[in-house]
Amino acid sequence: MKMTENNKPILEVKGLKTHFFTKRGVSKAVDGIDFTLQKGETLGIVGESGCGKSMTSLSILRLIPSPPGKIAGGQVLYKGKDLVTMSEDEMRKIRGNEISMIFQEPMTSLNPVIPVGEQIAEALRLHQKMGRKAAWDRAVEMLKLVGIPSPEKRAKQEPFQLSGGMRQRVMIAMALACKPEVLIADEPTTALDVTIQAQILALIKDLQTKLGMGVIMITHDLGVVAETCDNVAVMYAGNIIEYASTEQIFSNPKHPYTQGLLDSLPKIYEDQEELRTIEGSVPSPYNMPSGCRFASRCPFQQPICYQQQPELMEQNDGVKVRCWMYTDQWTGQVEKQEAVK
Amino acid sequence: MSLEAKTEQQIVIKQSISHPKESKLKDFLSILMLNKAAMVGGIIILFYIFIALFAPLLAPFDPYEIKLENKLLPPSADHWMGTDDKGRDILSRILYGSRLSMGVGFAAVSFGSFFGIIFGLVAGYYGKWVDSIIMRAMDVMLAFPGILLALAIISALGPGLMNVTIAVGAFSVPLFARIVRGSTLEVKRLEYIDAIRSLGANDMTIIFKHIFPNILSPIIVQGTLRLATAILSAAGLSFLGLGAQPPSPEWGTMLSNGRDFLFSAPYIALFPGLAISILVLGFNIFGDGLRDAFDPRMKK
Repeated sequence: MKMTENNKPILEVKGLKTHFFTKRGVSKAVDGIDFTLQKGETLGIVGESGCGKSMTSLSILRLIPSPPGKIAGGQVLYKGKDLVTMSEDEMRKIRGNEISMIFQEPMTSLNPVIPVGEQIAEALRLHQKMGRKAAWDRAVEMLKLVGIPSPEKRAKQEPFQLSGGMRQRVMIAMALACKPEVLIADEPTTALDVTIQAQILALIKDLQTKLGMGVIMITHDLGVVAETCDNVAVMYAGNIIEYASTEQIFSNPKHPYTQGLLDSLPKIYEDQEELRTIEGSVPSPYNMPSGCRFASRCPFQQPICYQQQPELMEQNDGVKVRCWMYTDQWTGQVEKQEAVK
Repeated sequence: MSLEAKTEQQIVIKQSISHPKESKLKDFLSILMLNKAAMVGGIIILFYIFIALFAPLLAPFDPYEIKLENKLLPPSADHWMGTDDKGRDILSRILYGSRLSMGVGFAAVSFGSFFGIIFGLVAGYYGKWVDSIIMRAMDVMLAFPGILLALAIISALGPGLMNVTIAVGAFSVPLFARIVRGSTLEVKRLEYIDAIRSLGANDMTIIFKHIFPNILSPIIVQGTLRLATAILSAAGLSFLGLGAQPPSPEWGTMLSNGRDFLFSAPYIALFPGLAISILVLGFNIFGDGLRDAFDPRMKK
């Protein structure tokens, strides 16, 4: 797969597991995922609702609601330091300063009673020991940077006086105020109009080149992935099932789930009576099958798929895929041909 | 380029329709104005505050001066509310008494709300065993009837207006704690709390800067309603002889004094009683009005 730079990765997630211990049992929301993020890279994490992509991002910043949630294993290495074992005090210095996050819902992600400029200034005052006036000036500057006109006036307004797109810009200004090295964008455009969506994505892209950050783009929208990401990790039921460059994912998807996902997109040049869907449903997180988690929905399923879970294995072309089809143990020859086609 | 120009345009349009900053307060006041009962309550409260502030200017006589030759005079042009058994002017005493009653009320509610808010915020925010310990302690306090708890506290501390304030304040603590905890639980789940935490804010900042201002409205409503109860309880305790001591012109004490003359000179008890009732009524209907005004469903 494509590496944007050969340097050491800025963020490395190794075998991360986030489990929820509830009365119903243990829900394995994130169950052993690995990925790396280089400086300046945009990594997309895609998957349907409930596949664990948001929990992954919250786990990186250690913001999962606890109890019942708990990071049950693995490492999150930021510049070589493990965030999982770090003290809460050290972690606070990382949050917002080194690793920032943009939330999905701009309507509810700002404190309704505090002027937006004040909220941006707060991030600066928390981390950079700036004075009130200096932080305020910088907040106004940030609002200008994210393309809000008459920022001096806007900074004094409260969130209810701003539109959704503007609030998302404010959120971005907040997240980027301290010039973080890594930005996690958790569905930053889901709640916005399509026109505003494009603006926000362009803005993130633009600021990424200016500040040289690594961006993790969490989304269920394959269009967003195609537009913004260098590499993509496809998640299914708490696992990464395919991890490749964006180009490879779109031109030659390997995992049957990724294929299904791309297949279910409406196609503009084909006359489709009905949109294609993936049969069946996601297994319950409380009761994960011991074999491949996609097996029961997979059109190529073999007995082995139900016996043992495949590993995420790197192929010759650098694509990592978690599927028995790409191993020596595979017996269903014909299906493999079809799958590659 | 075109992208920026477009947003510029959109925002200009938005600006022309967006509200000025003070609109929130204006909205709130206009809803409050629509509520006739709340306005009446507010006017009553303002009237009492006015009296309390200017009692020395308004009172025609010295409230403490004993003139036995004037004792038990019925209401007249000189003494609008008559005089008591020691010849003191009842109107003057009621005017001065408003300072005591309002003072005790405000002090008790401030005391109770201060601790109640802190307990509630801490319990609601931290949850787990912190929550269990604080809220079980509050439940124990709630299990006593308020006045009984106050009696117990006063019997430990001794009678006096100061101790009445503490006692009345103490039984307001669990009520505030419960309301604040509930609101805190609700607010802390909201996304902007996650967002501010993701910026590296510590617990104190989150609790006092981001949660507290967002739960003020139920606290204000509860505070207003509690004022009524506090004033009534303080008067009640003084009536029982546990609070203000004679010759203090506290309304409860005056009421207790007038009890002996209920048949011969009913006005001695009547006027302090009316003063209490009207003030308590004022706070109650104002509190109800506030609750409606704060309720977002009432906004059109």
